[in-house]
Amino acid sequence: MLSSTAESLYWMGRYIERAENVARIIDVSHRLEAQGRMHGGTESEWSAVLKILTAEAQFSERYPHADQESVTAFVTIDQKNPSSIWNCVYAARENARALRATISSELWECVNSTWLGLRDLDMAGLQARGAREFFDWVKERSHQFRGVAHGTMLHNEAFAFNRIGTFIERADNTSRLLDTKYQLLAANTGEGANADPATSYYEWGAVLRAVSAFRAYHQVYKDVITSERVAEMLVLRADMPRSLRFCFDNVTSHLESLSGGRQLECERLAGEFRARLRYGRMERILETGLHDFLEEASSRIASIAIQLSKDFLMTV
Amino acid sequence: MSGNGFFDEMHGRDGRVRAPYSGIARWLKDTPGATFEAKRQQADLLFQRLGITFAVYGSTAGTERLIPFDIVPRILSGSEWRKLETGLFQRVRALNMFLHDIYHGQEIIKAGVIPSSQIIRNALYRPEMKDLDVPANVYVHIAGIDIVRVAEGEFYVLEDNLRTPSGVSYMLENRSVMMRLFPALFHDNRVAPVAHYPAELLRRLRSVAPPMADSNPTVAVMTPGPYNSAYFEHAFLAEEMGVELVEGKDLFVRGDAVWMRTTEGPRKVDIIYRRLDDHCLDPLAFDPDCTLGVPGLLSVYRNGGVTLANAVGTGVADDKSTYLFVPEIIRFYLGEEPILNNVPTYRCDRESDRAYVLEHIHELVVKETQGSGGYGMLVGPKGTKADHEKFRALIQADPEGYIAQPTLALSTCPTFVDEGVAPRHIDLRPFVLTGKDGMAVVPGGLTRVALTSGSLVVNSSQGGGTKDTWVLED
Repeated sequence: MLSSTAESLYWMGRYIERAENVARIIDVSHRLEAQGRMHGGTESEWSAVLKILTAEAQFSERYPHADQESVTAFVTIDQKNPSSIWNCVYAARENARALRATISSELWECVNSTWLGLRDLDMAGLQARGAREFFDWVKERSHQFRGVAHGTMLHNEAFAFNRIGTFIERADNTSRLLDTKYQLLAANTGEGANADPATSYYEWGAVLRAVSAFRAYHQVYKDVITSERVAEMLVLRADMPRSLRFCFDNVTSHLESLSGGRQLECERLAGEFRARLRYGRMERILETGLHDFLEEASSRIASIAIQLSKDFLMTV
Repeated sequence: MSGNGFFDEMHGRDGRVRAPYSGIARWLKDTPGATFEAKRQQADLLFQRLGITFAVYGSTAGTERLIPFDIVPRILSGSEWRKLETGLFQRVRALNMFLHDIYHGQEIIKAGVIPSSQIIRNALYRPEMKDLDVPANVYVHIAGIDIVRVAEGEFYVLEDNLRTPSGVSYMLENRSVMMRLFPALFHDNRVAPVAHYPAELLRRLRSVAPPMADSNPTVAVMTPGPYNSAYFEHAFLAEEMGVELVEGKDLFVRGDAVWMRTTEGPRKVDIIYRRLDDHCLDPLAFDPDCTLGVPGLLSVYRNGGVTLANAVGTGVADDKSTYLFVPEIIRFYLGEEPILNNVPTYRCDRESDRAYVLEHIHELVVKETQGSGGYGMLVGPKGTKADHEKFRALIQADPEGYIAQPTLALSTCPTFVDEGVAPRHIDLRPFVLTGKDGMAVVPGGLTRVALTSGSLVVNSSQGGGTKDTWVLED
């Protein structure tokens, strides 16, 4: 496959996933706002959104303070914010456009229709549609993207590059979401035995809902929501589709199919990280500190992404 | 519905429905207007969703838009088509022989049929091609010949497009959308299929692989990139042929070959169906400022390491001043009379012609000799006095830069427009393929239609639309 094609497939996967993740993150805050349980004043909750997206600096350049309306506008339709949903979908569509000869026409139509549904959206239009409905729509389009890719593309290397993009982006996002929320909520609700169960229920409940894991949590633990278990679920669970473990099970298996027996450094790095996730224990991770663990995870994900491009995109 | 002295494809001149259109005439009569409107909206939606758009240069309204698609097909009978087909083969065969000759012995110049200045001083003549042999002596693998009709059985060639003719994807997509919208029409009318065009193209491209290629040569479609107006078509053709779509940055030269950068390292390319102009192919050989090409490509090409389709230097044969000589070219190489006629043309570099043009500019169509796509042209009867003055000045400043033709009475075809079904002017671009083992043209082509009442400019860049083109099997 052309290196440039692989690159476009990878980024198309990443950008659609990123659009979905942004929708999920802002959705959590809207849920909490609706429940009236924003802690430490609303400002810190809306700032947390920006923190997860590492966009505080860009935001403050153009908006006086972080509140529901400004942050919502910034992460959804703001064309100057490179990580806004608008820009993610735009970038995904530009990549898809360069892939017209590679991807199925259904997949192109899916990405293109998403773009057409968003292209002319402004704040008034978003409010008319309803913010929560809009987030659901973005998630739905992303689900559709994955489903169409899965159901219409050959499951060959093109598919693998697209999936690797999806899972690298998702792992990065899960890691950042968990890190920020864990720090914020630990400060507000206390940790371990000191945690206030009602607060935990709502705050962590919103996080679980944001990653579509609320019901799954109860199926798995059949018990109250605690930060430790949420962390375990989002880091180590092999059957939780947005956990780091799940993401890297997928990344490594796709890399294995791509390497075709070649010794690739990116495959080794991904395998090493996956081993940590596979054989790690939550108690040990919490002992040394979840924050340190997640920070390391983020930097590993970044190095794997760089190595991927060295191994596949700069082969000549 | 005919009138204004134009030949209508459906009603001829006397208003009686011509035989090829009898089925469609009934259909038009029996289908309520609201159905057409609904189907037209459905068609727009299909095209928009499929992303069949094109970029418009110099447009401020946005860089992408749809080419309007008209749901009333344009129809040719089997016998009309056979005559066109024979004429097209004759013309393209002669043009290929002409290109081989002017880059070799130049017999046509020695015979005094064409002045050498016409060739050598032409900016599109590529001295790099001199004495270079191309596989099977094919220069023009893909030709798009623009044809207009003015009367029953009376067709003229308006223009030969021998460089990177575009529009074939519309021919294919228009058919597929028509079949989706009106399946019953295809049940009632025996329409010759066109969907095998990509297979025909691939077969002919593979037939002209360089001698050193192995038995399973690799074809790639080369595009200037996603911002090119015809990018959709480049991607479409690559996809339909199942070959890679590459940009210059995906290719590099090493040793005596051209390679693609792939995820598994370099892979050799044997035949490049390139959709960018000669001057952009190789910054080392041509325009150093054009970064869309591949450094060193021309030297590999000259050493026979890769085939380019179309060949370098074909522009000298489709230039509007060379066009004048095509009937002579056909007689010279084939010893035959041209089956398809040229439109009478005035050359502004000839004094008597120029005097005529300057005097009659208000009734002529003036074109840039080397222009294309309807840019920089004047339709005299539609122009203002100021336009006429502007073009008079342009011609006087650069007589070789312009030719002029009488305003042709382009035929009309019923077209669904805001006020209902009304006649609009059309032309036709069939696509002629040439390979090692001969020529092919799928029955049909791109019919372009001027959607504005009375307008004779069909170019999509100037607001024209397209129609499905039917050739009936009789």
